[in-house]
Order: sequence, then C-alpha cells, then structure tokens
Amino acid sequence: MKNRWVLFVPLAIMGLLFGAFIYRLVTPAETLIQSQWIDKPMPLFDLPPATAGVEGLKSSQLADGKPRLVNVFASWCIPCRAEAPQLEALKAAGVPIDGIAIRDRPEDVAMFLREYGNPFDRIGSDMQSSVQIALGSSGVPETFLIDGKGIIREQIQGVILADQVPEIVAKLEAMK
Amino acid sequence: MSLRLILLCLLGALTLPLAAQDRLPPAPYAYQQLNDPAKEARAKALMEELRCLVCQGQSIADSDAPLAGDMRHEVRSKIAAGESPDEIKAWLVARYGNWVSYDPPFDGATALLWLGPLLFLAIGGWLAFGRFRRGKDDAEGGA
Repeated sequence: MKNRWVLFVPLAIMGLLFGAFIYRLVTPAETLIQSQWIDKPMPLFDLPPATAGVEGLKSSQLADGKPRLVNVFASWCIPCRAEAPQLEALKAAGVPIDGIAIRDRPEDVAMFLREYGNPFDRIGSDMQSSVQIALGSSGVPETFLIDGKGIIREQIQGVILADQVPEIVAKLEAMK
Repeated sequence: MSLRLILLCLLGALTLPLAAQDRLPPAPYAYQQLNDPAKEARAKALMEELRCLVCQGQSIADSDAPLAGDMRHEVRSKIAAGESPDEIKAWLVARYGNWVSYDPPFDGATALLWLGPLLFLAIGGWLAFGRFRRGKDDAEGGA
C-alpha cells in the first residue's frame, strides 16, 4: 500500500517542471551578455577619427600609464544622450575618456558632440563594429575601465548613472 | 518565453522609429556570400551556430540586426583569411562566453541537459520494474 505513493512521483515531477516554466515565464532571465574579455589587454586596433577635429584612437594609446575610460557609443543611440552629463562630470573630475563610435557617420558624430558636449580626448570610428566585437561588447552605450597598462579591468553596460560617477573616479584612482 | 518574445517584438515595433538605427550601409560581407563555395559553406554553418547578441534567440545567420550583420562580416572575413570555424568560435567564446554558441560544451551547466534523458529513463525503468514485481506479488497473493 505504501508503494502507491510512488505513482504520484511522475505527477510531482511534472508539477515541479511546470512550476519552473511558469517561474521563468514570469521572471525572465538576465539578458545582458557580459564581456568575458576582462583582465585582458585591449585588443589591437587602429581606428580612424570619427569626425573632423577629433583625433582617432589606437589601442597603443591606451597603455600610457594613465587609467582611463573607453566609452562605446553612437550618435544614433538614444540612451547615449542621457549618459552625456555623467561623462562630462567624469571629465570634470579629471578622468581621461576616449570614445569608440559604432556604425556612425562623421556628420552625425559632429552633430552629437555639438548638441551633447564632447568629453572625449579621442574618438575612433568603428564602422563595422569590429572593435566592439573584439571587446565582447554587445550594445551601446558601454564603458570600459582601462588601467595604465592597457588592461581592461571592468565593463559597465548601459548608461552610467549619476550616483556611479564617484565610484568610477575612485576605481580609476585606485588603479594608479 | 514565446509570450515574452511576442511582447518584445510588439515593443520593438513600437519603439523602432524612436530608437533611430544607424544610417550606415551593411558591412560588405553581411549579406554577400564568399566567392569560394566551400568557404561560404563553412562560414554559413558557423553563422547558424552563433547566437545574435541583440535579437537573442536568433542565430546571426537569421538576424537582420546591424550587429548580427557585422558579426557575419567578421566570420566571413576570418574564414576568407584562412581561419578555421573552430578558431573563430573560440575567439568569440573568449569574448562573449559559451552563451554566444548554440552548441555549448559538456560542462557543469549543461550536464543535466545531456544526462537528464538517461536519468529519466533510469527512473522510468525503476518505476516499471516496481510495478511488474508488484503485479507478480498480487497474482501470487490471489492464487
């Protein structure tokens, strides 16, 4: 008679599976794909200037002893506009920032800089997202913290929020 | 999952005109095949195995997202330059993790997927065995 409970085991398993499916349906999995290219050297690249009047970006320039940010952005990226004030605040705090413009046209980049300010020391133009892919980046905006030796230490996905600014300044300071 | 996808598609359709896409033409090899059919076949097989980062759930071969086009360009360029599909896959996995591949290796995270069927078969066998034996006991008891 006791063995009869065994008959309910398949039903219980089905119930558990069903519960698991419902759970995942209601609370979707994390869809941000984080870069695995962390604590690794910057991939080698040499990007032409993204627009007139601003220098292009070479990977060798990122190992000059000064920790810095590399901001992956685009003029067509709406959230990047919301990020502009935070980049300005970081620049004001003495953080060197270089940019990589993804799939962008020089005239559009120029307009973006005119409208939202230019916190960038250099901006490389990544027309075919090849440097973005080499970085393990999957969208815009993303920001990479680079130490003085050109090693990528951290990836920030999405817009940098105002309350993250002091933390980023402190992290780069600690890398000196 | 499908409900979520449908919702996402609807949302995407609503927001696309706002979230302006870039105005650049696709990368050369995004929609153009390689001249060498053997190389194109290798590239195609690999592209079907790589997951699109933007439109998650599609392969880069199926997706029209600009980043998927750029990844196809990357794959075809590397194949054309003589790299093997395994090398290219390893290069991408080093950057995006196993997530980027639809054919992840056997490891802790995928063990249940591979061993699950065997496990369930064993449980089923055990249940069936128990049932048959009970049947025999009942028959003996009845006689």
